[in-house]
Amino acid sequence: MNLKPETLKQIDEVITHYAAKRSATLPLLHLIQEDIGHIPDEAIEWVAAKLELEPINVYEVVTFYPMFKRKPVGRRHIKVCRTLSCALMGSYKVCDTFKKEFGVELDEVTPDGEVTIEFVECLASCGTAPVVMINETLHENVDEQKAVDLANEIK
Amino acid sequence: MQQRRIIFKHIDEPGYTNDLACYQRNGGYDVLRKAVARPPAELIDEVKKSGVRGRGGAGFPAGVKWNLVDRKSGKPIYLVVNADESEPGTFKDRYIIHQDPHQLIEGTMITCFANNVKQAYIYIRGEMPEGARILERAIAEARAANLVGPNILGTGYSCEIYVHRGAGAYICGEETGLIESLEGKRANPRIKPPYFPAVLGLYQCPTIVNNVETICHVKHIIDMGGEAFAKIGTPNNTGTRIYCVSGHVQRPGYYEFECGKITLGQLLNDVCGGPRPGRAFKAVIPGGSSSKILRFGETFTLKNKDGSTRTLAVEDIPMDFDTLAACGTMGGSGGVIVMDDTVNMVEALANINAFYAHESCGQCTPCREGSLWMKRITARMVHGAARAEDAALLKNVADQIPGRTICAMGEACAWPTQSYVEKFPEDFGNYYETKKTPRPAGAPQLV
Ligand SMILES: NC(=O)C1=CN([C@@H]2O[C@H](COP(=O)(O)OP(=O)(O)OC[C@H]3O[C@@H](n4cnc5c(N)ncnc54)[C@H](O)[C@@H]3O)[C@@H](O)[C@H]2O)C=CC1
Ligand SMILES: Cc1cc2nc3c(=O)[nH]c(=O)nc-3n(C[C@H](O)[C@H](O)[C@H](O)COP(=O)(O)O)c2cc1C
Ligand code: SF4
Ligand code: FES
Repeated sequence: MNLKPETLKQIDEVITHYAAKRSATLPLLHLIQEDIGHIPDEAIEWVAAKLELEPINVYEVVTFYPMFKRKPVGRRHIKVCRTLSCALMGSYKVCDTFKKEFGVELDEVTPDGEVTIEFVECLASCGTAPVVMINETLHENVDEQKAVDLANEIK
Repeated sequence: MQQRRIIFKHIDEPGYTNDLACYQRNGGYDVLRKAVARPPAELIDEVKKSGVRGRGGAGFPAGVKWNLVDRKSGKPIYLVVNADESEPGTFKDRYIIHQDPHQLIEGTMITCFANNVKQAYIYIRGEMPEGARILERAIAEARAANLVGPNILGTGYSCEIYVHRGAGAYICGEETGLIESLEGKRANPRIKPPYFPAVLGLYQCPTIVNNVETICHVKHIIDMGGEAFAKIGTPNNTGTRIYCVSGHVQRPGYYEFECGKITLGQLLNDVCGGPRPGRAFKAVIPGGSSSKILRFGETFTLKNKDGSTRTLAVEDIPMDFDTLAACGTMGGSGGVIVMDDTVNMVEALANINAFYAHESCGQCTPCREGSLWMKRITARMVHGAARAEDAALLKNVADQIPGRTICAMGEACAWPTQSYVEKFPEDFGNYYETKKTPRPAGAPQLV
């Protein structure tokens, strides 16, 4: 596992935020996932060693939180909100549109490694439903046409 | 209906930016400056007098909670600001964080000073990466201006604020699950008592957990005084509340009103423009997806103080904590989700049940198994395999969950099923047959 010097610096800094090192588990996993894209076994062992924990302590955290990915996802990670307010405004159609545009099923990666579509729970933007997050950017009021436009921007 | 924007005063204001300079141009941090010159006990007293109730959902008075903090243990006291905002239908904290982060930081610092807290954490949900960055930048600005950090404003008082990101689990919003998560573990809630955060919280130290909106109110309470704040809103339901409206209305969005001075009907019809053209309202969830649903057309007979009674239609219910509770539901997190007559309630419930089954932490059998069974039953109904006994079975499963679990997620997952099945017998009782007729034109797919 080759972490960028910048990531290592941020890791050492964030550990100082807590009275107990173990608290830095989530921040470290976020930083590593941002750097290398997912959380492989060696990252779990690395975090455990860094925070003086057993690997199981980190493993059980990784498997609990849906945002941590054990396998690589597409470079463009499209998260469509599935929950009630978005569904009422048509998010199931939006999700289908993305699937069709990229020819891919949920949680898979397109063969070129570019795109993963996930149907996620409420993104706390229900007033502008349906909403879609692409990597870190939130898109609001996404109807089928807007989904096609967003897909075309990515392609 | 006129909004009374206190917390959302600058939200969406043209030219208002989320940096320190803009905040200070608008009087930002003046309240903190005044607060640190007063005895901390006096500040707690103001918050107590204000009567402000927790905006995270449970409506517990913040001043009372602060007074329950164990100050004799000799251990440090922590503050955790709950910015997990995960209850479906709720989206107010997002706008405070994105557009006015310094308001939250000022409220946090005043709360810390009042309670002798030296270390505060803002626990923000993982799905708000931009919000986390905005907060971090704002804290850095405030630190550079000596408003956060060592020896703030030369008073000798020091306090740090750190942002801590979640990673996509709803249960992290439950305060004890949040604390476990902040300790670097799975967010398995702890049993209360004994683990009331005020006594045994982060690292087993006394900890105050308050919602983002509650903490912002603190700033305004100290600014105007507890008594003045208590005059806003209605008795026992003081201050303003932000209502987040989503679903089938013409103008969804966030609206701040004096608590209880607006009825559900005024909110949905006058403020949000009523139902979409050609449609009628069918049902509304008044306080986040876990609150019990209201059916348009039902009425509630409530007792007045003098022993007489009054009858309210759904549209007449004032949006305060107490009246909504008296109507068998709750003000909860302020998330109002509206459904019109295109919606079949079996499908809406199937959507919500999928959410709760996905989010149970799995510690308690009734919640883990019950949420899964409710999801499975409603899913099979929607997918063409409904059985005649399903409505009764759903109720039977839901009735066995509340009161038998570690945290209130047990109630949260059971209440929708209990109330939808009870209030919409025609949707549930006949689903076996009606399933064979296609969805009406324009009806959304919900599962
Ligand atoms: N904002 C959101 O996204 C969500 C909000 N909720 C809301 O959360 C509510 C349930 O929250 P809970 O924290 O389980 O409610 P609760 O009633 O157990 O507690 C409310 C607050 O008062 C404190 N408290 C109560 N009794 C105390 C005592 N004797 N000593 C010290 N402190 C005491 C608790 O620590 C907590 O901070 C639901 O009503 C629901 O509306 C639920 C899901 C999501
Ligand atoms: C399942 C569950 C999820 C919750 N999620 C949140 C949340 O996302 N944000 C929040 O402020 N409170 C949430 N709460 C309520 C908190 O446990 C707690 O009551 C609140 O943060 C206290 O702050 P307040 O008194 O200022 O409302 C949740 C409660 C439960 C049972
Ligand atoms: S009620 Fe559900 S979410 Fe809460 S502790 Fe039990 S299993 Fe976990
Ligand atoms: S339901 Fe989609 S953002 Fe809340």
